[in-house]
Amino acid sequence: MIDWPLVSVIIFLPLIGALIILFIKEDELTSINIKWAALLTTLGTFILSLILWLQFDYSNPSYQYEEKFRWFDDFNFFYHVGVDGISLFMILLSTFLTPLCILASWNNIKKRVKEYMLSFLFLETVMIGMFASIDILLFYIFFEAVLIPMYLIIGIWGGNRRIYASFKFFLYTLLGSVLMLIAIIVMYRNTSSMSIEFLQGNYFTYNTQLFLWLAFFASFAVKIPMWPFHTWLPDAHVEAPTAGSVILAGVLLKMGGYGFIRFSLGMLPEATEFFIPLIMTLSIVAIVYTSLVALAQTDIKKLIAYSSIAHMGIVTIGIFLVNQQGLEGAMMQMISHGLVSAALFLCVGVIYDRMHTREIEFYGGLVQRMPLYATVFMIFMLGSVGLPGTSGFIGEFLVIVGAFKFSSYVVIGAAFGIILSAVYMLYLYKRIIFGTITNNKLADILDINTREKIILIPLAISVILLGIFPNLFLDPMRLSLELIITNYEIANAK
Amino acid sequence: MLNNIYNIFFIPEIFLACSSFVCLLFGLFLKKNAFRQTSNLAVLVLLLTILLVYYDSESNFANYKSLFSHSSFINFFKILALLGSIASIIISKDYFLGIKLKNFEIPVLFLFSTLGMMLMIASNNLMSMYLAIELQSLSLYVAAAIKRDSISSAESGVKYFILGALSSGILLYGFSLIYGFTGSMNFDDISFYLSKYDNLNLGLIFGLVFVMVGLAFKVSAVPFHMWTPDVYEGAPNSITGFFAIVPKIAAVALIYRFCLVPFENFYLEWSQIILFLSIASMFLGAIAAIAQSNIKRLLAYSSIGHIGYILIALVAANDDGIKAASIYMFSYMIMNVAIFAILLSLKVKNEYLINISDLKGLSKSNPIVSLSISIIMLSMAGIPPFIGFFGKFYVFIAAIEQELYVLSVLGVLASVISAFYYLRIIKIMYFDESISEGIINFKISFQSKIILSLSLFLIICFIFYPSLLINISANLTI
Repeated sequence: MIDWPLVSVIIFLPLIGALIILFIKEDELTSINIKWAALLTTLGTFILSLILWLQFDYSNPSYQYEEKFRWFDDFNFFYHVGVDGISLFMILLSTFLTPLCILASWNNIKKRVKEYMLSFLFLETVMIGMFASIDILLFYIFFEAVLIPMYLIIGIWGGNRRIYASFKFFLYTLLGSVLMLIAIIVMYRNTSSMSIEFLQGNYFTYNTQLFLWLAFFASFAVKIPMWPFHTWLPDAHVEAPTAGSVILAGVLLKMGGYGFIRFSLGMLPEATEFFIPLIMTLSIVAIVYTSLVALAQTDIKKLIAYSSIAHMGIVTIGIFLVNQQGLEGAMMQMISHGLVSAALFLCVGVIYDRMHTREIEFYGGLVQRMPLYATVFMIFMLGSVGLPGTSGFIGEFLVIVGAFKFSSYVVIGAAFGIILSAVYMLYLYKRIIFGTITNNKLADILDINTREKIILIPLAISVILLGIFPNLFLDPMRLSLELIITNYEIANAK
Repeated sequence: MLNNIYNIFFIPEIFLACSSFVCLLFGLFLKKNAFRQTSNLAVLVLLLTILLVYYDSESNFANYKSLFSHSSFINFFKILALLGSIASIIISKDYFLGIKLKNFEIPVLFLFSTLGMMLMIASNNLMSMYLAIELQSLSLYVAAAIKRDSISSAESGVKYFILGALSSGILLYGFSLIYGFTGSMNFDDISFYLSKYDNLNLGLIFGLVFVMVGLAFKVSAVPFHMWTPDVYEGAPNSITGFFAIVPKIAAVALIYRFCLVPFENFYLEWSQIILFLSIASMFLGAIAAIAQSNIKRLLAYSSIGHIGYILIALVAANDDGIKAASIYMFSYMIMNVAIFAILLSLKVKNEYLINISDLKGLSKSNPIVSLSISIIMLSMAGIPPFIGFFGKFYVFIAAIEQELYVLSVLGVLASVISAFYYLRIIKIMYFDESISEGIINFKISFQSKIILSLSLFLIICFIFYPSLLINISANLTI
């Protein structure tokens, strides 16, 4: 095993990069240095997180690479980080997407490059820190700190309605997460512990659990987002710059799913059992309703944003089935959605950079001018639909298999959503890519360049890799998920 | 005997009182640079007073036991108030010189007011408490009106005076009722007398309510907050800075001591009042600040909101509450010091900054300043990882320890509303396109720069080594 604090290094390496960038004076010539510094830092972080994966012990369901230091003298709050099967891929997803985001903003961010890179590096630190925390308060600190850079990214480099979107994003998610703070304090008061590991043991009375569950639900349901708490998401996605949407869809939405698994399932099993019907209803409404809304969109980014809500509906169904297939499916769906929706936003960014519009009407017949682009876009589009062989299939399939054990109505709802997803994605693809070029402005549009290839091809490879070798990803997380399910069943069998 | 007489001068309050007179004379006889020199001397005096408070032993104060008390809580708040006045004297020096207000009386007024606050914090008797409050208030009335040729400054002084006098009258009436029904003015005696009874009689309840009204006025809790925005707006910026930073510390300490010492056993009676004040302050502070365009009025409402959170910890009334109050007050002080250090050095078109919208484009012309303002604002909004979050965190720990779930939930909801206007300032600096550049000037003296950097350092780095402050505040006894 590794005897140096690998997890802390991964968490704080981007912050160190940010400190270095802070001292580079920004002007026309040096902004390229800032970009390179940011790119190298994030790449370094990604490579270190790969070591995390390679050295990961598959036979150990609990936390690995633990680091624990006493922090506050007066109560049991520790700097306690580590990685288990659930958080491993969340961390990998964050470290994988951030360098791509930096590359994606290489040319189209022209103002305030320094602040932009600083925000992204700070964002990476808090995202990784959040997934690696084993202490709830530490988790909370990172969870809230995410809002700061994201608020700036949407507000400074966003589109026309960026100010409205950034405020809505910040206040909406803050409203959810402050209730979590109260829940965390109540948990601490009852158990005198803040360790996530320790609290996975059903320590609360039934009534306390119900209240705690609702408080956590408020923050995670907003974050993931579930219908009807989703209204911040289309605004934030549409107004954010491309890289901002990528991180938002790729990682920030997963914070909600991650939180549901860790907190609701792990710590409040009896309340979860009570609230499962609520979650299932909301998820099915979300899947069907947002799919239909997506069908009616005229803005490409908004369409993908609504499709994200539908996909996250599959994730919440999977999580709250609380069986092996359901949870594995939910995790796979989260990873897959992290890659696919990120890639789709990047694809939209490619044409947006060229034409500066996201209206579906404007495009048509891109395959004539951009064959390579059409191919790559197709891979991601099919991944989003869930075609066998792509990552999307594994997640949706496992969730549906798991759902059969629960209720066939849920299966019908989820399957209906998947059909609808095929409808709106294929319809989108047809309108943008196929046909002849009707708009004269598109006559000179260029196919993807080398930088864009470097961004999109790794994503395409991983989408297919995930679809063909899902066990590569399922094996490390299996035992950790089993542990949660076992705890859950013991608690509810009483 | 002789030894004892000299020892008297080492009692911090007496030392401060004597030195204030020395400062006054010193300023009077100086021909040149009277203001600057007096300010420097005042800072020195305050620093020495801090040392005296720190090394003060109980024996020195024994003779005054019936009038003043002595505890770690009192010492902590005294030092906090002294630090606050030092900081506000230093950061306001250049501002006063800038607006050509060079009366050397200003630092002397600050000194007298600080003396009043120290006595307020320590007072253990209704009479000494009243006199101390008057000493600090009178100095502040004059300070608010110090810019004699400005209508707004005179108006704010008069407003403050009239409302302050009214509240003092109510306070005094409450004292007389309490004295009449208990037969004593000493906190300990009142407490002893009350311990014989299970509930308060009508007269004492009236007395308690009147005193609470007076104290709520001093801490500017809603609905007795009306004076705060007007006085903040009218007074010169640096006086506003002093108002925001220091008197609140003393008033909070006083309201804690008044509730927790003589009326310790009648929690139910006073906690209802405080509960209402707390909720009303948090929500009014959060909502009313949204519509403000004047930065001073905004900070006034923000301070009203902060008082609401501190009162939550008072409702909790346990050891965690005292700890939370001291941590919150510390964070409140350094955040206000930092923001005023910046405001007193920012000039827009050669005028000191008043309108929030003038901050437009600051992030382009002064990236470091706008980053600092953003950090202070996020900290005031209670966003981790800054110190403001931990202040609120400890307040909620105290409240939940006492099972005040509804109050805590209301508290966090108010904090979300208040986040809106703090974010608005960041929005104006970063998101709004500036029309013209270079109209904002940031010129800061070396000393203020040190104060500013120190407080920013504390805001950001509290999270890395919290134990220092927390260990101190955990051992405070009221």
